[in-house]
Amino acid sequence: MSAANAAAAETRAPETWSRRREWVSYGRRNPTLIAGLTIITVIVVFGLVAPFIIDQDATRTTAFSKDLSPSLDHPLGTDSFGRDMLALIIVGTPQTVKIGLIAGFMALIIGSALGFIQGFYRGPIGTSVRGVTDITLTIPALLILITVASQVRQVTVESMAIIIALLAWPGTTRAIGSQVLSMRERAFVPIARFNGMSGMEIIFKELMPNMLPYLGASFVAAVSTAILFAIGLEVLGLGPQTTNTLGMTIYWSQLHSAVIRGLWWWWLSPMVVIVLLFIGLFLISHGLDELANPRLRRRV
Amino acid sequence: MSLGYLLRRVGMFLLVVWVAASINFVIPRLARGDPIQAQFAQLETLGIRTSGMDQVVAAYKKRLGLDRPMVEQYFSYLWNVARFDFGPSITYFPADIGRLIAQRLPWTIGLLTASTIIAFIVGNLLGALLGWPGSSRWVKWLVPILMPLSAIPYYLLGLILIFTFAFSLKLFPLGGAYSTGAKIELAPAFTLDILYHSILPALSIVLSVTGFWMLGMRGMMVTNMGEDYMIMAEAKGLSPMRIFLRYAMRNAMLPQVTGLALTFGGIIAGSVLVEVIFDYPGMGWILWYAIRATDYFLIQGIVFVLVVSVALAMLVLDLLYPFVDRRIVYVRR
Repeated sequence: MSAANAAAAETRAPETWSRRREWVSYGRRNPTLIAGLTIITVIVVFGLVAPFIIDQDATRTTAFSKDLSPSLDHPLGTDSFGRDMLALIIVGTPQTVKIGLIAGFMALIIGSALGFIQGFYRGPIGTSVRGVTDITLTIPALLILITVASQVRQVTVESMAIIIALLAWPGTTRAIGSQVLSMRERAFVPIARFNGMSGMEIIFKELMPNMLPYLGASFVAAVSTAILFAIGLEVLGLGPQTTNTLGMTIYWSQLHSAVIRGLWWWWLSPMVVIVLLFIGLFLISHGLDELANPRLRRRV
Repeated sequence: MSLGYLLRRVGMFLLVVWVAASINFVIPRLARGDPIQAQFAQLETLGIRTSGMDQVVAAYKKRLGLDRPMVEQYFSYLWNVARFDFGPSITYFPADIGRLIAQRLPWTIGLLTASTIIAFIVGNLLGALLGWPGSSRWVKWLVPILMPLSAIPYYLLGLILIFTFAFSLKLFPLGGAYSTGAKIELAPAFTLDILYHSILPALSIVLSVTGFWMLGMRGMMVTNMGEDYMIMAEAKGLSPMRIFLRYAMRNAMLPQVTGLALTFGGIIAGSVLVEVIFDYPGMGWILWYAIRATDYFLIQGIVFVLVVSVALAMLVLDLLYPFVDRRIVYVRR
């Protein structure tokens, strides 16, 4: 018994070792994915740890003199409310990421459920879901979001995330739906059917595992879309007025004409983080695309 | 093009317009029941009280007919919307919302049409060159430059452009669509003034959208390269230029044109924000104004007109598509 265990352990050790090497060598072949993951990990870790290090009082209005340019005391300067920009960015980044994650996750659930229905089922169910998706895709989501958000009296980070999720799913539905549509023509689907699997079983046991990279890419795309919508709403002044998200910081800087007053640190600091977020997400989704579709790899 | 297809496509357009109108009707009533009283109460708590507020309230009460049954309200609302009659604006009372929008719409359409077409052409040309084996090395350098730009929302790109070219270098105006005090007329000087003011806003859209078209086109070109007709064209001894334009690019363009219709919505939503950043007097600018003044009826009017514009643009493009791709014959299945 123990000898068998030892033997098993012995064979397992090189196996995990070789698997780790496989991961490393895959990472080398897919630098896009690694670069994207690195950027996002750094931002998320920074957002999780930094709020405990900084003094939260620095984000109160009139905490310091206003409009100070970057210096040793205030590495990113202060805004026209007298708030420390570095502290604002540190507090705001996790809030923006939070909106993206909540809305992106909800949009993925709604979008992929409808996508599987649309791609897998023919007949009235599939057709009606496709019809609803087509109409929703035609109406620019941001515009409907503006109508909804302007009616909600007090927007919070959470309520905004939910509102965004209700309108961010059609992209996911389209992407997943077309993948399912092509996958259901593969040989393993009729075989599963002959084996007596029901439609639901095929979706969860056969299609879902094959779709994992696509689901991952769709999630990243949904998060990215959600953050884009959130910042759009915030810049228009429909964001959470009492929370210092990155988009709200840009809104205040815009309202106080920071650009033409030369207060570049006010709008540039949140923007650099936003741009890094978008580029990181973009690289991840590209990397996942390559993982899902190795034939496309390095064709050009 | 068959009549059946035409009818189906127009039907889809009307369906989208109807859904958008219904959303505008339902959401305010879901959110607060009486759409007038609550909104004016909130305006008052915010300290916004334009002169003649009672007149506005009376006008809206009469318009919406809140004492009538809901179904009747709904149909009279649809009838008004169908004629683009949105009633008077709260902030600009007694100015008509339809008229306010009509004044702003040309600016947005002009800016958007020009920048979308430029981005589409430039992006597709660059993408085609990227996917073409015979193109020079330097084209490859465009990818790392334009790729990150396409990941940035264009209103943020606009901030960088204003700061660099208008504020620091003083090469372009800080905002607006024409110089203050300029006479609005159809003269060459004024046209140049408009063009000069539109360069930065247009550039912020073009820079970020070009990368998107470029990537799509590159992919399509690469797929086309292995096709039989490409080998055939080469075997016939056609000039590389002819093969590039008439064989490779022509065929790779088709999915891009379909993509154009799908991106209209995103482009218009983004340009609303570009106008806010550039103080450009189009739909986005008046929307920002309406939001700050909590003029709900104006917001709804603007949103509705923008949704209709997007749906209309998609309809036109769909109807033109058979002329681009002659292989497509719309027949009922």
